[in-house]
Amino acid sequence: MIIDGTTSLVEVEKGVRVIPGGNTIIAAVDKLVNWGRLSSIWPMTFGLACCAIEMMATGASHYDLDRFGVVFRGSPRQSDAIIVAGTLTKKMAPVIRAVYDQMPEPRYVIAMGSCACTGGIYNTYSTVQGVDTVMPVDVYIPGCPPRPEALLEGIMKLQEKMRKETFKWSRWR
Amino acid sequence: MEPMEIAELIKGKFPSEVKDVVEFRGQVSVLIKKDRLLEIMKYLHKTPELYFDYLADLTGADYMGKKEVRFEVVYNLLSIKYNKAIRIKAEVPEDDCTIDSVIGIWIGADWHERECYDMFGITFKGHPDLRRILMPEDWEGYPLRKDYPLKSDLGEKEWKPYLEVIEIGKKNLAYEVR
Repeated sequence: MIIDGTTSLVEVEKGVRVIPGGNTIIAAVDKLVNWGRLSSIWPMTFGLACCAIEMMATGASHYDLDRFGVVFRGSPRQSDAIIVAGTLTKKMAPVIRAVYDQMPEPRYVIAMGSCACTGGIYNTYSTVQGVDTVMPVDVYIPGCPPRPEALLEGIMKLQEKMRKETFKWSRWR
Repeated sequence: MEPMEIAELIKGKFPSEVKDVVEFRGQVSVLIKKDRLLEIMKYLHKTPELYFDYLADLTGADYMGKKEVRFEVVYNLLSIKYNKAIRIKAEVPEDDCTIDSVIGIWIGADWHERECYDMFGITFKGHPDLRRILMPEDWEGYPLRKDYPLKSDLGEKEWKPYLEVIEIGKKNLAYEVR
């Protein structure tokens, strides 16, 4: 293909065009922002039970979350998402809410495992019946505990969701 | 010394205190009254041929509607020196829900007694720091009692800070859906 290096734009992806030879990309802001956002999800770890072991396994070298740009952070102020991995107790609910409130927007929540989704087998006096009673959840991952592949799938689902977002930049709220 | 012999020894020493001795699969349980608990425990701990130096576990039990005396505090004792174990159960009636603390004999009883207090509401006299250990400080009720609600919906008994968080969660959800 012969490209007119001065006038015609090359469409590398739908809605993304580059000027050959020039260091210029023309695209919608949505597209660029979403691309940047979904390529570096930094989740806050919130391991509460056995699901945390699977989360650690997913982050380790065999499943290697780093290749998705997912790097675990220890502080909610540096995080884009929170992975709630395990049984949420009522005593923990105000704590997790405080952590969620400290996260900068836009923020995402992944509920990992049956307990985080619905309370699971624990319909008892001390257990919260799903983290969605405390904060809005973007992705639910079933399983007891979910295998690392399931967590990867959940993160990719979250990326899909991020890719479709519009106007979630500047003063989006 | 076999566990049954130890039980007989206790029975011989405190005949008015021992109510029952049960053996099940080699494990011997001695049911006692709570009034002279400390004396019995000190006897088990100090006597050279028994030497129960290790309190393996301390827990409670609720026999609501099954036994005359509602609560029992269970002491699992182990003699490391002689490799012998025995179980002491002390009856605690519902209207006088107190028992002497054994923290002066086994210091490790500290958190066990706090847990027992937290879950069953049994007060341990002489415990230096009897607070809840698992549930929040301002939690109402004692969860492991048989008359406590089984399911997660506690209704009016619900812990207040949790209700507040749920309220914030509901508002937040409405805002996100917008």
